[in-house]
Amino acid sequence: MREIAEGFAAALKMIARLDADLVQIVLLSVRVSLSAVILASLVALPLGAALAVFRFPGRRAVVVLVNALMGLPPVVVGLVVYLFLSRSGPLGFLGWLFTPAAMIAAQTVLVIPLIAAVARQSIAELWTEYEDELRSLGVGPLRTLATLIWDGRFALLTAVLAGFGRAAAEVGAVIMVGGNIAHVTRVMTTSIALETAKGELALAMGLGILLMAISLAVNIAAYAINEAARGRAAPEKA
Amino acid sequence: MSAILPLSVRGLTFRADGRALLDDVSFDVEPGGCVAIMGPNGAGKSLTLRLLHGLAAPSAGAVLWQGPRAAEARMHQAMVFQRPILLRRSAAANIDYALSVRGVAKAKRAERVAEALEQAGLAELRDRNARVLSGGERQLLALARASALNPEVLFLDEPTASLAPAAAKRVEQAIVAIHAAGTTIVMATHDLGQARRLADEILFLQDGRLVERAAASAFFAAPKSREAHAYLKGELL
Repeated sequence: MREIAEGFAAALKMIARLDADLVQIVLLSVRVSLSAVILASLVALPLGAALAVFRFPGRRAVVVLVNALMGLPPVVVGLVVYLFLSRSGPLGFLGWLFTPAAMIAAQTVLVIPLIAAVARQSIAELWTEYEDELRSLGVGPLRTLATLIWDGRFALLTAVLAGFGRAAAEVGAVIMVGGNIAHVTRVMTTSIALETAKGELALAMGLGILLMAISLAVNIAAYAINEAARGRAAPEKA
Repeated sequence: MSAILPLSVRGLTFRADGRALLDDVSFDVEPGGCVAIMGPNGAGKSLTLRLLHGLAAPSAGAVLWQGPRAAEARMHQAMVFQRPILLRRSAAANIDYALSVRGVAKAKRAERVAEALEQAGLAELRDRNARVLSGGERQLLALARASALNPEVLFLDEPTASLAPAAAKRVEQAIVAIHAAGTTIVMATHDLGQARRLADEILFLQDGRLVERAAASAFFAAPKSREAHAYLKGELL
């Protein structure tokens, strides 16, 4: 019990004096996960919108697949991305393995299905509402997707933030393709795992507190945005 | 001037689950008219509009627009739905979006948006989010958006069905103005008074069949079919 209390106190001190190692790790974490979520959104939002709007053979199968991949185990993503980026892999020439680029790639792959699945659902609702009008006006397929993504942007931000939460919290994928190298590819989750194993509780707990704080902040933001969006959408009178 | 009219509808039929919701309906629409499609609930009024506008595909029969550009006939049409569908944008942006989709150059849009809002009496609400407008304002905005497109044919589905009398009156005035400016109107309505005030021709549907087609004055003075006679009497009693 005393160990925990001491570790906690030391952790708070580290946070308070903005310990250099701690700050570096947090910044790298945010950079990697934020980049991954932005890249993933560029793919996942149009993908989710297309799955909501277009009818094509095999659509149901794709939807089921995307939903199933939401729960993709990070270590499996890590393994696949590792195989692609390893020296003998098809993308080995990039030389990304054990660099932040590899970590961004792995987290991008990890969160695309989550963002696409959540986006598909909220865009499907909006499409039900808009379909007649957009078809009446004669809106083309690409513009239809763009319109739905733009008009559904508040609901979609929730999907993106959920993606960020998943990316920032996972350990398996980044540790495999990043290698957890000090000052290079060490992020919050991998550091917590390592420091705990070493018995360095202060840094582990400090990072744990910050990770919780970031996750909480993201969730509060998601909630607030959703409420604001509801406020804009709801007072529709019949 | 007229690009897609007159319209010939031949043997229009729509089946769902083996039931004919619209059965062998034929009629023509001449340019400049205001046609009211009347009939009891479930007669096929809205369905007819959707088929004419190309939002649904007929099981049999044809909707024949004229001219070399018949393939893109919908670009010369506009439709206002019973519950108007407005985008989650400002009133002005709703009109601007429609104009942009129909290929109106950006430089010309601002003027036409302002003009359409002005005509609809919505100029003060231009920056208001369309989704917080009242029912009447929403319907007026949808009409303004449709008329800004300068359609040759405007389809209206129960334009005043859920509106209070004062709002309904403004909507009818807007329809009259659009018609006077040269747009041919095809509307579904079960409001007898409205059909009397606006329409010059009546298509009376019952159970998916076209029972009677007549000039409005003749239809209201002396309906030929037993069904229309009963409908008019029932409504008036």
